[in-house]
Amino acid sequence: MKSSSFARALKTGVNSLLLHKLRSLLTTLGVLFGTASVISMLAIGEGASYEAQEQIKQLGSQNVILRSIKPPEDPNQGERTSRVIVYGLKDEDLKRIEETFPAVKQVVPIRQLHKEMSFRNRAMAARVQATRPLYQELTGRVVWEGRFITQEDERTLNTVCVLGTEVARYLFPLETSLGKRVKVGGDYFKVVGTLAPRVRLSDDPAVPGEDLTGEVFLPYETARKWYGKLQVKRRAGGRDMEEVDLHEIIIEVDHPENVTVVASAAREMLSRFHQKKDYEVVVPLELLLRAERTKEIFNIVLGSIAGISLLVGGIGIMNVMLATVTERTREIGIRRALGAKRRHIVMQFLVETVCLSVGGGLVGVAVGLLIPYIVQEAADMPTIVTPTAPILAFGISAGVGVLFGIYPAWRAADMDPVEALRHE
Amino acid sequence: MNRAVAELIEVERIYRMGAEKVHALDRVSFRVERGEYWSVMGASGSGKSTLLNVMGCLDRPTKGSYRLAERDTGVMDDDELSELRSRKLGFIFQSYNLIPQLDVLENIMVPLFYQDEPPVDGLERAESLARRTGLADRMRHKPSELSGGQQQRVAIARALVNDPELILADEATGNLDSQTAEEILDLFDELWREGKTLVFVTHETHVAARASHVLRMRDGQIEEIEVRERAKEIQGRPATEATC
Repeated sequence: MKSSSFARALKTGVNSLLLHKLRSLLTTLGVLFGTASVISMLAIGEGASYEAQEQIKQLGSQNVILRSIKPPEDPNQGERTSRVIVYGLKDEDLKRIEETFPAVKQVVPIRQLHKEMSFRNRAMAARVQATRPLYQELTGRVVWEGRFITQEDERTLNTVCVLGTEVARYLFPLETSLGKRVKVGGDYFKVVGTLAPRVRLSDDPAVPGEDLTGEVFLPYETARKWYGKLQVKRRAGGRDMEEVDLHEIIIEVDHPENVTVVASAAREMLSRFHQKKDYEVVVPLELLLRAERTKEIFNIVLGSIAGISLLVGGIGIMNVMLATVTERTREIGIRRALGAKRRHIVMQFLVETVCLSVGGGLVGVAVGLLIPYIVQEAADMPTIVTPTAPILAFGISAGVGVLFGIYPAWRAADMDPVEALRHE
Repeated sequence: MNRAVAELIEVERIYRMGAEKVHALDRVSFRVERGEYWSVMGASGSGKSTLLNVMGCLDRPTKGSYRLAERDTGVMDDDELSELRSRKLGFIFQSYNLIPQLDVLENIMVPLFYQDEPPVDGLERAESLARRTGLADRMRHKPSELSGGQQQRVAIARALVNDPELILADEATGNLDSQTAEEILDLFDELWREGKTLVFVTHETHVAARASHVLRMRDGQIEEIEVRERAKEIQGRPATEATC
């Protein structure tokens, strides 16, 4: 009998709500937008941090990366047509790390050369990186075709290269690049492999010169032999010459706990041997932790804003329900006279409030799932709807209904039947 | 002596109006027996409404005791009183007091909804009562689509649906024109002849003329109780159980 009395309360509640369609609709809007904003804000926040975290993860969370930075130009040197700037990480730095650092598993040096890649009549500027075979393992890059650089290449100074996706796609739009001889600057190298793309790649082929995302890998020793340390860059009115031993050193730490130790050791060592700050230390783990913290704060801020709008929605419902209770005082009196117990009256009004908030919540979930989709399509921002978000939002909206329904329902049930019957 | 349906013993009801105490009921004692048709008369402010509220378990006496259907209402809590209302009492009001969003049948069934164990044949009961009160072709209409007389018929059907021990009517014909009022009063007569117990609050003498007992109130006290000729009709009835 309990279930049938609930069904009747539900029917009565829905009927009373339908009696004032516009009022009910307007009342639910608060909860509707509250729920929708909880879901969409969490989705947008999640999406924004996901991309950043993925990029950091690709750097390797157990790695410490040292990079050379060109120091700010010395104003005393004045305008000269050509000069040689010496900066950055030294071979000695690499040696010191390899020989004295504890907790280091592997160390990989990288030299970068700005060369033009060409094959027959197609050419593009590329970021040519000379590195050791371990690089692939350390950065978790995936070989698409062929192989990566090997120890054998290093030992015998093979003139081989591995192409990144953009370069392979641009130079070889129709055929496989494997086994072809491509020109790196002025010299021919044989393509032995290509790498899978890092992040999701747009379908268009890379436009040369637009940015230097096109990567090419050469064996470290081969590049050293062929190109030396000096690089020449043409600029308006003259040439810049740079002498950089190493552009990047990737240190793999044996255990995640030791990452910060190694990072601080590297910072200390570099500051001792470099007068100018011509280097930076990048710790992906620290970045990741910082990104996670940022995401947490972001989520809390967004969540509170959305939560406040839900609260406001709930107060709106309570306000309307209090007005409804006053308006229906006489009905309450009649029902009490005919034998309704207090709990029947509480149930009747609570059901109405919960109907309003759950109805608003359901539509709000639908709208909340739609908004991230629209944002993604229209603003090209990644959004991620985690399954907990709609459940959480819906649960809160239903809870808001019960919470803000209790007081009006209690007010209704607590009326003196005689007074209520006499009402207007 | 017949079984007492309602029994008031030294009932007092005192309202506080600021510092002043108002005796709405002052040591009222009487008993309504099964099958009687009581009419309560008096000027406004004489305590009729308060008396009806106490008899309808909507209000509690400040002092004294009220027994309904041989149970002491003084010891009951709010839920028990509500259950008693839904099982033992039928209310008929001056302004009909139907629930606007419910149709005729639903309105008739309202008292059943609130019983702890509602009867399964509620709908059949409501339908047969609607037919009996001349609402056969109005069962699915809303109160706003009915005339005053029809609305009062719905209210009477509602008061009968739980087969009550006592029917309480408060100026039940007050809002009706004289012809409709007569029809409604005829219906009450019919119910009384079937053995129902009625208490009818009114200030019109021609309405009170139909009752078996007339109770006159003044300033919260019983002025007189008049037992009329019609009371003899009750004695001859086979339906009533004699306990004396």
